[in-house]
Amino acid sequence: MRKVAIVGIGQTPVREHWGTNLRDLAVSALRDAMEDAGVENLDGITVGNMLSGAMSEQEHLGALVADYAGLDGVEGMKIEAACGSGAAAIRMAVKAVASGLMDTVGVVGVEKLTEFSANNVTEALATAADADYETTMGLSFVGINALLMKRYLYEFKFNKNDFSIFPINAHKNACYNPNAMFRYPITLDEYAKAKIVADPINILDSSPVADGAAAVIVVAQENVSQYKGKPVSILACEVGTDTVALDNRENPLWLKGAERSAKKAYHVSGLSPKDINFYEVHDAFSIISVLSMEASGFTEMGTAIRFAEKNGIDIKGKFPMSTCGGLKGRGHPVGATGVYQVVEAAQQIRETVAKEIQVERNKIAMAQNIGGSGATVITTILKKIV
Amino acid sequence: MDIPRYWRLKSQRYRLQGRRCTDCGSLSFPPRQVCMKCKSRNSEPYEFKGKGKLYSYTTIYQSPDRFEQIIPYVVALVDLEEGVRITAQLTDYFPEQLEIGMDLEMVIRQIYEDGPRGPILYGYKFRPILCPGIES
Repeated sequence: MRKVAIVGIGQTPVREHWGTNLRDLAVSALRDAMEDAGVENLDGITVGNMLSGAMSEQEHLGALVADYAGLDGVEGMKIEAACGSGAAAIRMAVKAVASGLMDTVGVVGVEKLTEFSANNVTEALATAADADYETTMGLSFVGINALLMKRYLYEFKFNKNDFSIFPINAHKNACYNPNAMFRYPITLDEYAKAKIVADPINILDSSPVADGAAAVIVVAQENVSQYKGKPVSILACEVGTDTVALDNRENPLWLKGAERSAKKAYHVSGLSPKDINFYEVHDAFSIISVLSMEASGFTEMGTAIRFAEKNGIDIKGKFPMSTCGGLKGRGHPVGATGVYQVVEAAQQIRETVAKEIQVERNKIAMAQNIGGSGATVITTILKKIV
Repeated sequence: MDIPRYWRLKSQRYRLQGRRCTDCGSLSFPPRQVCMKCKSRNSEPYEFKGKGKLYSYTTIYQSPDRFEQIIPYVVALVDLEEGVRITAQLTDYFPEQLEIGMDLEMVIRQIYEDGPRGPILYGYKFRPILCPGIES
């Protein structure tokens, strides 16, 4: 297997892009990444997206994006793994390049949700869950996460406000990311008073649905000198799965998909959790940050909040998280999110983020993208090339 | 609207019918072709008794369209006596009564109406035990 690297990145701001359509969001990010890499053509593209068919009445994104990006005849396919679609698309590119089948592959994650009604989007996002046995019982996607948070509060005796450390940190970092959706800080008081969406999850536990696209160009590390963009090594991009339905898991509070994915990523990179300098966590909901940290081996079950308080997850802390705002602050354009995470980790390694959010220890980054309530988890480890 | 789907799921929705692996004896709900434990494909229908304990629950304030009429409502994870966990709405309760670990029993209720012309979907919900100590 060949080692792989990223030589180009691109992203649109995460916004309510009412004036821009799905294909143009994808093309902007992909062409920006190609310019950054200094490439005119690609061997293939993968498009990470969850809901283009359900919302925009548009499937067949591989060929559509290739067509509109000026990549006539280039192979392209949409990759779908719910909220994990973005990193799943990166995984496919990594497989193609590592195996030697392709040399230069473009990955673009894209999603467009904000022009549809909240109920419509809620219904569509719920398709990530088990349609026959979860969704038909009235469970929304927020509801699934609420079941986890309620049980976590019960088992580990936390006060709900203890979870505020995650959204407060994400919003603070988002202030300095020009591409983030929520560029304002929030306070504990605002968190404590925030409106409940599905008890105990409130609006400030929840990342916002958003529109946006992000892209990376994946190449063989042995060839990086042929490209213009500053390379960042991909040490691992590994997938773990679990049951789609939450109720089928022996212990729902242990994200086995995250454990499997992280363990594989540590194994192929030869690293351990202690080696990770900063972590782009899938903070779709505060509870998911907690469960992800525990299952990925950063801290024991039931201790993620104490770990965050003790070590510090802000930019100056020992374990910076959500450094560009995370899903909570940057926004969660569902199928694009996994690519945004990797783009932002690459920006940290390239030292191109605003100085206020530049982490000092930036050699090894981990990003984790989670589909559904943890049924598909993709863990990516990036390394600075020195 | 997908009537064959409602029809296909009737044994599960009305009778909590899952499967019992005839090789290792482990139970599953929903029914699965392949046993989660021993991976055998040999199994027989198994009806769960519909008694269980509350594992976790949430009150939903923002729902998919078809549940909007009944907001707010409670969805729960219920640990059945036989050792299988399922997802269901709670019904016939006082909000202050709900607590993790409480005993519940299954009842058949309307789940939702599929639009003004569509069929009404019925299925299992769970409620606090109506007559404690009495086997129904």
